[in-house]
Amino acid sequence: MAIIRIQVEAFDAAAETAALTTGRGDIGATVAFTGFCRDEGGRLSALELEHYPGMAEAEIACIASEAEARWPLLGLTVIHRYGLIRPGEPIVLVLAASAHRRAAFEAAEFMMDYLKTRAPFWKREHLKDGNVGAWVDAKGADDAAMERWG
Amino acid sequence: MKLVYFAWVRERVGKTDETLDLPEGIATIADLVRWLKTRGEEYEYAFENEAIVRAAIDHQHVKPEASIAGAREIAFFPPMTGG
Repeated sequence: MAIIRIQVEAFDAAAETAALTTGRGDIGATVAFTGFCRDEGGRLSALELEHYPGMAEAEIACIASEAEARWPLLGLTVIHRYGLIRPGEPIVLVLAASAHRRAAFEAAEFMMDYLKTRAPFWKREHLKDGNVGAWVDAKGADDAAMERWG
Repeated sequence: MKLVYFAWVRERVGKTDETLDLPEGIATIADLVRWLKTRGEEYEYAFENEAIVRAAIDHQHVKPEASIAGAREIAFFPPMTGG
């Protein structure tokens, strides 16, 4: 059963890893992916993330169940932030634990590919000059990354 | 029927949500979009490219041909850009 949190607050990947592994002798590998807010060459002061409460949790839970069905995971944590996030701050954490590395690597990548295109979050740019910029466009490359999982 | 909107769809429609009585004969998401577009230029603008706007029924992604029978909440939003 995956741990899923949608929150405004930042998270600590090391603390989440410790929470997943402490007292466990069966876990042989964890893979932690953290996505950060970029400043896009100094252009951005922040990214604003909007989400669909209720559906965001449900959709991530659905993707997590799919990952747990595909790989022999011993733990799965997904944290996605919303609100105003500054460059250098973390946006998303996917933490997968398994007995062996391959399942953990693949499950973390699968989770991210699906999150990008199916979890109901939308990013908007806030610019250094104080203006609110454009909504970020979805990338075709993200769809292609998801589709390769079949 | 409760409708909710997100991101630029929300901005174009000019509201976060609304509850509407739908006329007879609206069976699918595509029918609903067609009808919404007759309600004013804000809807016309939000759905100007129908192929882009995504829909969900009761928190589940659906395609335009999905039936809306029994739906409690229908959401419209742009392609997702989280992660």
